[in-house]
Amino acid sequence: MDNNNVLTGVSVAAEKKPRGLKRFFKLLYQQRALVLMSVPFVIWLFIFRYLPIWGWTIGFQNFKPAKSFWEQEWVGFYHFEFLFGDERFLRVLRNTLVMSTINLVLGFVTAITLALLLNEVRHLVFKRVVQTVSYLPHFLSWVVAAGIIRVTLAPDGIINELLMRLHLIDEELLFLGIGEWFWGIYGASIVWKDVGWNTIVYLAAITMIDPTLYEAAEIDGAGRFRKIWHITLPGIRPVITVLLIMNIGYLLESGFEPQYLLGNGMNMDYSENLDIFVLKYGINQFNYSLSVAASIFKTVVSFILLFAANNLAKRMGETRLY
Amino acid sequence: MAEMTIEKPRRRRVRMSLGDRIFDAVNYTLLCLLMVVTLYPFLNTLAVSFNDATDSLRGGIYLWPRKWTLENYKFVFEEATIFQATLTSVLRTVIGTVLTVFCSAMVAYTISRPEYVLRKFVTIAFILTMYINGGLIPTYLLIRDLGLIGSFWVYIWPGLIGVFNLIIIRSFIENLPDNILESAKIDGAGEFRTFFSIVLPLCTPVLATVALFTGVWQWNSWFDVFLYNSSYEHLSTLQYELQKILQFSNASTRSVDFTAAGAQQGLSQVTPYAIRATMTIVASVPIIMVYPFLQKYFVKGMMVGGVKE
Repeated sequence: MDNNNVLTGVSVAAEKKPRGLKRFFKLLYQQRALVLMSVPFVIWLFIFRYLPIWGWTIGFQNFKPAKSFWEQEWVGFYHFEFLFGDERFLRVLRNTLVMSTINLVLGFVTAITLALLLNEVRHLVFKRVVQTVSYLPHFLSWVVAAGIIRVTLAPDGIINELLMRLHLIDEELLFLGIGEWFWGIYGASIVWKDVGWNTIVYLAAITMIDPTLYEAAEIDGAGRFRKIWHITLPGIRPVITVLLIMNIGYLLESGFEPQYLLGNGMNMDYSENLDIFVLKYGINQFNYSLSVAASIFKTVVSFILLFAANNLAKRMGETRLY
Repeated sequence: MAEMTIEKPRRRRVRMSLGDRIFDAVNYTLLCLLMVVTLYPFLNTLAVSFNDATDSLRGGIYLWPRKWTLENYKFVFEEATIFQATLTSVLRTVIGTVLTVFCSAMVAYTISRPEYVLRKFVTIAFILTMYINGGLIPTYLLIRDLGLIGSFWVYIWPGLIGVFNLIIIRSFIENLPDNILESAKIDGAGEFRTFFSIVLPLCTPVLATVALFTGVWQWNSWFDVFLYNSSYEHLSTLQYELQKILQFSNASTRSVDFTAAGAQQGLSQVTPYAIRATMTIVASVPIIMVYPFLQKYFVKGMMVGGVKE
């Protein structure tokens, strides 16, 4: 801390060093430019990010929007108890967990596979073209993506047409109308949208592998698969580990947009997740308290998971989120 | 498969074993298939948007329009709601991106200064929000109480600074050579001068990345429009208009729409099917034009954000 006298351009080296609070305020004054550059945004942060946390109290009340805070009726954990006895909530919880697991496993496997395949391409122009194309769906909005997916899966869409022509089916299938299929469609959709994007980190990690390892392996007579298995995969293992751990922290975050935009009355039992539950109870049915209780549950579990994940990553000596 | 390739280190590309060739063939086929799967739905939509609307209902449009027309685009751009929505989308993207990039860079600069007394406090205050948030309803009530409902600024203020952006800009500044910033201070430049005339220009690559992410996010947003401004038509955006059209005609594409289209338009020169395709293109073209040119920037940005050493 001492060298900041030089940095702030004020020489107080000759003075006696002030201590404690006094020193703090002195520094604060010296660094007023930095304070001016960051504190307004901290205030913004408190208003938009921390103030809403106060709203959690709604989850413990029978909240009536017309009443003031002091007039609300407090009900303790009533809404939480209701949630865990509610069949719909439990179904929603199941859907959330299943879909985020699909997201996690499928996302990892496909992205790593694609990264390995891309890494084996020697034709650099071709590689670049594939990469650029594979990033495309990531940049499209889910509204556009869901629209495209719906047209593709429609009874008169290309998938049905292909299956009919190959005589694999006799009549058109209503893909989004069959609840049991929703998870599969969800998995395919997120892979379609993000597989290319997710390869970036792995490809970056692959470039950091020491090339002499490959040369040594070649001299030892290792083929393509052996090199992939014994050099490339172990080389990116730290990245895989840290991303896997961090993603476990987001286990209740299975996304909102794909389920909402691809969901309909027919597949509701499989597509509805926690976020949609919160939205439907809160915004559509004005049951603020129940909705808030569900989102408190989600945040608390996520918080614990994220915290544990981050600590686990730290303990394993891997890189952390920040 | 694992046949060995005996080759002299200096002449690598010449000899390939059979196994290698099979691998390459399979690999290139798979990657081409990936490109087809990625591009086909999009190219199909493009073809439908340029095809005569009533003709499209017969089906059979794949990669190329059968009866070329610009009517669909003409209709979309002459529709007042859609024109207004496009304008709002452009505005929120431009204003939101500029403000986000500028403010994020400023905060990131302060928390990259090791001597800053509030560094830890500011950093932790921001990072904590990754773990904890108020959730939908409390945020909604806050936005309502702040009087932001029915206002354009509801698209800007709530998402002003993202923690991820902050982290990648900070990492970038920290990796700048120290002496550049120090020599500026020794020359008597204040924090603001250093920030504007040294840090900002040097950070162009990472700021381009943040600008791309923010721009894409702003352009693609529809949920905040739905949540806060769904009853204010002049504040609607392109994505939200598209979402409404998509919700309206849920499961089917062509068949059911035909009657609806005929009833709605009378002339049925355009159909919801064609309008959907056209709007999908309008809503995605700006992004498709931009992202390939920023590829090297965002790839680098993701590397910093993803694997921080």
